[in-house]
Amino acid sequence: MKHRIGLAEAVRLRSPGDDNIVFRYGTVLLKGYSFLSLARQALTGHKGWPVIWRSPEVKKSYDVIIIGAGGHGLATAYYLAKNHAVKNIAVLEKGWLGGGNTGRNTQVTRSNYYWPQSAAFFDHSLKLYEGLGRSLNFNVMLSQRGILNLAHNAYELEGMRRWANAIKINAIDAEVLTPIDIKKLVPLIDLDCRFPVHGGFIQRRGGISRHDAVAWGYARAASALGVDIIQQCEVTGFNTASGRVTGVNTTRGTIGADKISFAVAGHTSHLAKMAGFRVPVTSMQLQAMVSEPIKPCLDTVVVSTAIHMYVSQSDRGELVIGGGADVYNSYAQRGGIPVLQENVAALLELFPVFSRLRLMRQWAGITDITPDTTPLMGLTPVQNLYISGGWGTGGYKAIPAGGDTMAYTIANDKPHPLIEDFGLERFKSGALIDEGAASGVAH
Amino acid sequence: MLRISCPWCGTRDELEFTFGGESHVTRPTPDASDDVWSDYLFNKENPKGVHYESWMHRYGCGRWFNVARDTVTHEIYAVYPMGEAKPDLGETDRE
Repeated sequence: MKHRIGLAEAVRLRSPGDDNIVFRYGTVLLKGYSFLSLARQALTGHKGWPVIWRSPEVKKSYDVIIIGAGGHGLATAYYLAKNHAVKNIAVLEKGWLGGGNTGRNTQVTRSNYYWPQSAAFFDHSLKLYEGLGRSLNFNVMLSQRGILNLAHNAYELEGMRRWANAIKINAIDAEVLTPIDIKKLVPLIDLDCRFPVHGGFIQRRGGISRHDAVAWGYARAASALGVDIIQQCEVTGFNTASGRVTGVNTTRGTIGADKISFAVAGHTSHLAKMAGFRVPVTSMQLQAMVSEPIKPCLDTVVVSTAIHMYVSQSDRGELVIGGGADVYNSYAQRGGIPVLQENVAALLELFPVFSRLRLMRQWAGITDITPDTTPLMGLTPVQNLYISGGWGTGGYKAIPAGGDTMAYTIANDKPHPLIEDFGLERFKSGALIDEGAASGVAH
Repeated sequence: MLRISCPWCGTRDELEFTFGGESHVTRPTPDASDDVWSDYLFNKENPKGVHYESWMHRYGCGRWFNVARDTVTHEIYAVYPMGEAKPDLGETDRE
């Protein structure tokens, strides 16, 4: 036994950060994932793996309730428990964990933003992603394969040079590429397509990871710290007393809370309305699709803002394809044929070689689009009620930083320094952070 | 694919139309407070259910009109001229 604990200690000491302490106690070799636990399970037919998060009964009240068990909600709960020693936390989810936009996005992580506030926030997120697998003891399959933005005319290339310079001034990596560089990096691309490729820029630290693993990893780590994750529990209203939240009504009864935060991508307006205030959000469908799996042929994320398409190849071999949103209000989660056709036509113009592939699946998530495409984070007009929304088409990449900064915001009842400019007040002061151009896909 | 009935040209595919967002938004008076102006400029109803919105038949007659459309089913309940009051659709709100 002594020898086993020694090994666990070794695993812990080898990992940067103190996060693995979560999995340290006694049973670490069963609970924590390691080569040793994998070998042991292999010997017993993989029948002994424990359930990775608890499904507890709902308590009467909590210190903090987080609405929405997607990436942002779960990460917020995890960092609240880990960094701010909040003991009594619940995450309420109307459907199943990670079943909203966390499970519908195209898994891109990047920090190639233009404005300093966004750059600082999203690079904090990318840095957390870089250590996330170790921190959570859960493989999130981060692959920093580079994210390449294409320019289809001289003026767009000029704009990208400026954009890349802004990124570098913000101490983030970016590199302008010539068409020859691009052809070397992505041999299958047709540079002389209808809108010829004049160049582009790449953020090499950008890439993809596995979205389900991010949700499951945070859920497991939060659960191990005592967070109650309650699925199939829909919030139907807020209870308030003299301008301050006191709890929520749910499909599983009334639950009291000192503080409440919501991260309900797509339904932000809906929750805000329940709480009695309005938000600058339009809900729109953003669709994505995957091809049948093929052998590895594309090891870069390729984005074209001008012709509205992005593509990467997943570890399963499927091409993951996305593009612009369906630009009218919708909560339908399916996506229309015109936008699907536009995405595919753009893909085939750049990669004629993919024309024989069949699409296997197509779906849509409901995204919160704000006027400046910058998120809504921080305090709300209701005391002790906090918002994390307006993530638009790019909330996935923000999950670790969103969780980290919202946990701080909830614990201290004031916005984390990284999100001070992301509050609702900016629509009164006029200090918008217009990231429309930098969001990768214009909408 | 939405099929929208332009009051002047008849039913066409959504590709011919441009979406104009929420209708019936009233411009405040110039002396209104920052709160009122901010609400007017940025905040949206964004309902899960019937949305009263404007569309323009860009690749047709080029005229604007209002549509009452369900944001969950995409069913169009009514098409009516700009400036006209919201039609009474009874109990259709999903919220």
